Amino acid sequence: MTDATASLTTADGKPLKAALAASQARAKRKALMLVAPLFLFVVITFVIPIGQMLFQSIYNPTFSDAAPALDEWFGANPQGTVPDEAAFAALAADLKLMREERTAGAAGTRINYDVAGTRSLFTAAARRADDLAPPYREAILALNEDWGDPMIWRAMRSASSAFTPDFYLAALDMTRDEAGKIVQVEERQRVYKKLFGRTLMLSGLITVLCMLLAFPIAHLLATLPLAKSNILMILVLLPFWTSLLVRSTAWIVLLQQQGVINSALVALGIIDDQGRIAMIYNQAGTIIAMTHILLPFMVLPLYSVMRTIPPSYVRAARSLGASSWTAFRRVYLPQTLPGIAAGALLVFILAVGYYITPALVGGADGQLISNLIAFHMQKSLNWSLAAALAGLLLGGILLLYWLYDRLVGIDKMKLG
Amino acid sequence: MALPAYASPLEKTWHYCYLAICTLIFLFLISPILIIMPLSFNAEPYFTFTEKMLSFDPEGYSMRWYDSLMTFGMQNPEAPRNGHWWSDFWHNAQWMHVAKNSVIIGFFSTLVATVLGTLAALGLARPEMPFRRAIMAILISPMIVPIIITATGLFFFYSKTGLANSYPGIILAHATLGIPFVIITVTATLIGFDQSLIRAAANLGANPRTTFFRVVMPLILPGVISGALFAFVTSFDEVVVVLFVADHTQQTIPRQMWNGIREQISPAILAVATILVIISIALLTTVELLRRRSERLRGVTPR
Repeated sequence: MTDATASLTTADGKPLKAALAASQARAKRKALMLVAPLFLFVVITFVIPIGQMLFQSIYNPTFSDAAPALDEWFGANPQGTVPDEAAFAALAADLKLMREERTAGAAGTRINYDVAGTRSLFTAAARRADDLAPPYREAILALNEDWGDPMIWRAMRSASSAFTPDFYLAALDMTRDEAGKIVQVEERQRVYKKLFGRTLMLSGLITVLCMLLAFPIAHLLATLPLAKSNILMILVLLPFWTSLLVRSTAWIVLLQQQGVINSALVALGIIDDQGRIAMIYNQAGTIIAMTHILLPFMVLPLYSVMRTIPPSYVRAARSLGASSWTAFRRVYLPQTLPGIAAGALLVFILAVGYYITPALVGGADGQLISNLIAFHMQKSLNWSLAAALAGLLLGGILLLYWLYDRLVGIDKMKLG
Repeated sequence: MALPAYASPLEKTWHYCYLAICTLIFLFLISPILIIMPLSFNAEPYFTFTEKMLSFDPEGYSMRWYDSLMTFGMQNPEAPRNGHWWSDFWHNAQWMHVAKNSVIIGFFSTLVATVLGTLAALGLARPEMPFRRAIMAILISPMIVPIIITATGLFFFYSKTGLANSYPGIILAHATLGIPFVIITVTATLIGFDQSLIRAAANLGANPRTTFFRVVMPLILPGVISGALFAFVTSFDEVVVVLFVADHTQQTIPRQMWNGIREQISPAILAVATILVIISIALLTTVELLRRRSERLRGVTPR
């Protein structure tokens, strides 16, 4: 058999096997060439920037660049060594360097991320760095007693290496104690875990709400004749095509205290003028607006699955004696599961990373993790922490995305 | 869905309840969008229907918010509305400025996304394509990755490469965000594409270029155009990237709205919103018509 294949040749005398392999390789190359430009484009404008940002979450050279002498001392002395005269001499040298290069503020800020209230310690000491004389230990402690605090030395030690897991620890509400052991931060400072929890909880709630709202209308759309369902479909697609900001604005207008719904309730006498309900700029606002915005992403996959379910199955179940509830539960519902899974995963993935709507209608307690990343990017300017939070969020999202690809398949994604 | 003749009274009741529930959900979907339209003609600076509006008194309605939209930023808004006024409006009005930006950025990013995206979709649809799933996953990921992460990444990347605060920077970013939509729509069109048509064309003596422009292109064009419209809408509606990597000169419509909503929300925002809704209705209609045309071309008849 092998001999027979090997002896077959094409018209120009090449072995058939080789000719086929060459032609397949050519076809493969052609296909790759078509995809290559876009692939490169996405890698350059998307993958590399995000990779670079994630790198910031583990790499922060602000302090190690500003304090080379301390870096050396920490290298020579293991964790737990009590800072001696040599250590303070190194500190004094670095403070002088910081004064010359004007890096005291940046270096102090870096330590301040770890131990609150230490930025001024650095700027004040650097200002008087030129007056420092041996013995340095006494001289520096005379400037400020706090320089003897082991926590500061511990923080300087971990900041003196540019590669650090500290920002991920901070993003998980953890810190190191004086001996460098990883511990949880104080109860009242634990914000990030709470926010991750809230993001997951709200996203889950929004996903469930979308499921409950999408199921009946997807079913109606799927069972109506196409001419009618196409018209009703517009009601789903129009919000989908409308600007996110428009939809958020619309909810502000509807839900605010002087808004349409409250005024209607007052006019109808259901509530009095003082008792206007606060429905926006809080968690309720985020939930309502995001459910509305993400609902089409649930309806569309559910609809395309329901469309393929033959109505005769339920009829057959009924004719075999099932009640309408049993027929629905045992025959219809299991067939819609792929649609439910696809829609729910998509809605959840999109909800977890939502930024715009919570920022506009969420108030204080309706903020999600994305809003905190924006806060650290724009207000507190702790970019490494923002990058660490983004890294955690991205990790979760990519896991869900992988799951989506496994369960549903990315090529099955459809729009409208 | 018609109620079968053998339905019990309980089932009948449930059926009508079900229809009522569906109506309510459709109302939930559509009413926020519809309600802002009449409110944008409010004569008072309120976000509710005044009594005059409810009694359809013409005095309760006015174009004042559209007017304030037009004159905002103009040098001489009080001047008589002649050629000079309109030229002032064209050159100086803030909303005109941001609208121009939105159209420029939207147009070029759509162009980039559509050309590259269509080529890639053609490659991905070939049966010989290696690593299809992995490559597809990467190309779709800009839609899945939270926009705040993308914006943060671009902020660092652009500040290092000098693309920050420039039109090319925003156009590239928006093109990236639009690409998944082009890929998804064009791939969906290509699923029903009969590959033997290409061989038939070659058999009849057409070279690959003729085959592409005379056979492939007309068949996938509806998908390409709706992908392009999706990409345009994505750019037209994008605010976070603009927030992070653009400065004052590259502000777009959503960016200006963002300011308006966060600072002092006035019915003028509703006037913008109304205009945007009308634009989306026009786009949706186009996409629907294209989809039907595509189905007809491919011989997929609706049941």
